[in-house]
Amino acid sequence: MSDDYEPQSAVAKWIDKRLPIITLFSGHLMQFPTPKNLNYWWTFGGILTFCLITQIITGLVLAMHYIADANLAFASVEHIMRDVNYGWLLRYIHANGASMFFIAVYLHMARSLFYGSYKEPRELIWIIGVFIFLLMIATAFMGYVLPWGQMSFWGATVITNLFSAIPFFGEAITNWLWGDYSVSGALLTRFFTLHYLMPFLIFGLVILHIWALHVPGNNNPEGIDVVKGQDTVPFHPHYVVKDVLALVVFMIVFAGFVFFSPNILGHSDNYIQANPLQTPEHIVPEWYFLPFYAILRAIPDKLGGVIAMVSAIAILAFIPWLDSSKVRSCKYRPLYRQFYWLLIADFILLGYLGSQSATGIYLILGRLATLYYFLHFILVMPLIGFIEKPKPLPKSISEPVLSKEEQLAKSGQTA
Amino acid sequence: MDTKKDIDTAETKVTRRDFLYLTTGSFTVVGAGALVWPFIAQMNPDASVKALASTEVDLSPIMPGQSITILWRGKPVFVRRRTEEEIAEAQAVEQTDLPDPETDETRVQKPEWLVMVGVCTHLGCIPLGNKGEYNGWFCPCHGSHYDTSGRIRKGPAPKNLEIPSYVFLDDNTIKIG
Amino acid sequence: MMKRINIFALMITFLFTTSFAFAEGEMHAPMEPDWSFQGPLGKFDRAELQRGFQVYTEVCASCHSMDLVSYRNLVQEGGPEFSEKQAKAMAAMFEVEAGPDADGEMFMRPAILSDKFVSPWKNEQEGRISNGGAYPPDLSVMVKARSGGADYVYSLLLGYEDEAPEGVTLDDGVYYNIYAKNQKIAMPQVIYEDGVEYTDGTMATEVQMAKDVTAFLAWSAEPKLEERKRIGFKVLVYLIILSFLLYFTNKRIWRDTSH
Repeated sequence: MSDDYEPQSAVAKWIDKRLPIITLFSGHLMQFPTPKNLNYWWTFGGILTFCLITQIITGLVLAMHYIADANLAFASVEHIMRDVNYGWLLRYIHANGASMFFIAVYLHMARSLFYGSYKEPRELIWIIGVFIFLLMIATAFMGYVLPWGQMSFWGATVITNLFSAIPFFGEAITNWLWGDYSVSGALLTRFFTLHYLMPFLIFGLVILHIWALHVPGNNNPEGIDVVKGQDTVPFHPHYVVKDVLALVVFMIVFAGFVFFSPNILGHSDNYIQANPLQTPEHIVPEWYFLPFYAILRAIPDKLGGVIAMVSAIAILAFIPWLDSSKVRSCKYRPLYRQFYWLLIADFILLGYLGSQSATGIYLILGRLATLYYFLHFILVMPLIGFIEKPKPLPKSISEPVLSKEEQLAKSGQTA
Repeated sequence: MDTKKDIDTAETKVTRRDFLYLTTGSFTVVGAGALVWPFIAQMNPDASVKALASTEVDLSPIMPGQSITILWRGKPVFVRRRTEEEIAEAQAVEQTDLPDPETDETRVQKPEWLVMVGVCTHLGCIPLGNKGEYNGWFCPCHGSHYDTSGRIRKGPAPKNLEIPSYVFLDDNTIKIG
Repeated sequence: MMKRINIFALMITFLFTTSFAFAEGEMHAPMEPDWSFQGPLGKFDRAELQRGFQVYTEVCASCHSMDLVSYRNLVQEGGPEFSEKQAKAMAAMFEVEAGPDADGEMFMRPAILSDKFVSPWKNEQEGRISNGGAYPPDLSVMVKARSGGADYVYSLLLGYEDEAPEGVTLDDGVYYNIYAKNQKIAMPQVIYEDGVEYTDGTMATEVQMAKDVTAFLAWSAEPKLEERKRIGFKVLVYLIILSFLLYFTNKRIWRDTSH
């Protein structure tokens, strides 16, 4: 792909001979042969990169004003909101940016699951993605603790207490995490340090993610291998412009939250300064953790709940081998497709249940939804590959494209 | 949609496309440029800092020949009640002797009170009072001598000590900033 | 395609229902007066904020601090916009501890614009013991710290009933308020008709006072609201135009590719 590129100017040639960085970028961001049939679900990769960079840059400037001290953190956040030039804007972008990041990552994962992008030869891309997702969860959780409001404090208390479920060493581990005998300023400072570090680890993994992607190239909605040249277009300008278009539409939603409903995704209790002597009525995590929170509460045993929640994420890493189907795209998997949508509905239901108190019907539903979540991966995925009779696959991605156009032409004639 | 026919002619096709690309490109660049501003502006002094930008000073306890140092915008400000001799000395200096010519009258509002920022104009050290070859201030860092009007007389500093903006609220109170 | 749209709609509804779900509890739904600052174009009403500040100072400030707000904020754009002279005079009515002086003693001086609102209490313990053990919370971000927002604060101020209904027993220092959680609250009714004498001649009815002071607290919780909406409007216009431009650019680029 990069072989056919030659730098033009003398300066570019001089640099490229010593450090082939121009060839590298040109090969991966300009000329990279990309299947020509990618739909808008494929734009979330670019959108996620934008989210990460936005979070890093706004985070850096917020850190110039934020004070990681239990007595000063809350007031320093309000100082940013009130006194710092455009501080309110930077903080609202950062806070809502976390939510936008998770909206995008969930859609990105859902796309991958639907079109079988995790399957051979792209297993490693998917596994790196699972690690990115894990780090995102940790980063978002620690970031939410930093304003040191009531939800920050009690969220941190509840989640760090999960480690006390570990047999024998539980208490020692929580005390080690806290640097104290309870959640306190010591935890705040170390969370701030880690919250600052992790985005850069994510950035590193993202580079590996893209690197691994650029070995086999993109999957596509048909889920079949592409023929270079016939089925591909250069990444630039075709997908650069398409990605930017999708990004701008995404930014419209983002701006809607930031400028007109900046607190709707947050919790009002976090505008009350942390008080170790008073627990809020309902402790709820941020919306993007709710499905996993529901899984945690579905298990009536402390350790069991923690194991279930961790497994819910860990199991994702094994999907490439749990799915026994030879066909990638759900477009050609009539039976599995039904279960795919069931899983999506199940996940949304779990999210809803996570926001409700775990009693009565909610608890029963929570257990059923948790059960299905795991059965989907452990039972449904391996079995359906053997039972299902997939639809015939097109010979190349140009084939369904042509047939679609022929259909269009026909319908145009009749109309 | 009336332009649709124009597209078919080859010439307008090219210009229209170029125009579209150019508009989109420059519009994007303008937006990106505007986006940068908040990230730069956030480092400027914030509202709470600006609010402290003026300080009121009570002059009544200062005797002739004494000076006080107060903190204004994080910098020392010298307020000196000059003696008759000091005033006379400052006024007598020939302008041609000065590296940075300024009359004493332009540097004070009332001859008795000299108010100036106590930061050496060389590299930002704080000059010492009642020192130096001109009975004024002396900067220990690189040996700059200032006279009784705070004007540079000798040494590496290029400028006279800076006079902040201040007003007399009444005979015994000034507001700096 | 329909399926995709449906799932997206579901996710969006899910986002909103979950955040609204938190608002529920064992409480009456609060009243919803028309706020000048609601909606995408809403702004604060200067006169309302000025009256609200008067109510806060004369009624609330004897128990509730506003630690995050400074007297200078009263002057700034998008707030009550008192003149600098007025704000200085208001600040000067309070004393703050300063020092140490040359003798190492702390002393009291009149507050100036850069000072934060002076708290009625030396510390939380004093506030607690003076109020039967219930510390009157700081009001700086109160409107954002309650799930009903301004509606809730407004309703709470007006929700007192002289006598609790039968079967409800109230402990000492606990009052009946239909909008409070479990209808019980440690704050007595403070908003009474003619509780203040408005300088602009407005009739000081209970509803008027509650509305004014709530608007003032809504401003103190979100002082950059007007700037935010103003910039937000420009940003949205820009992004929408850009998305159209990109839509046509994208179409043009892909025109010669069958896909």
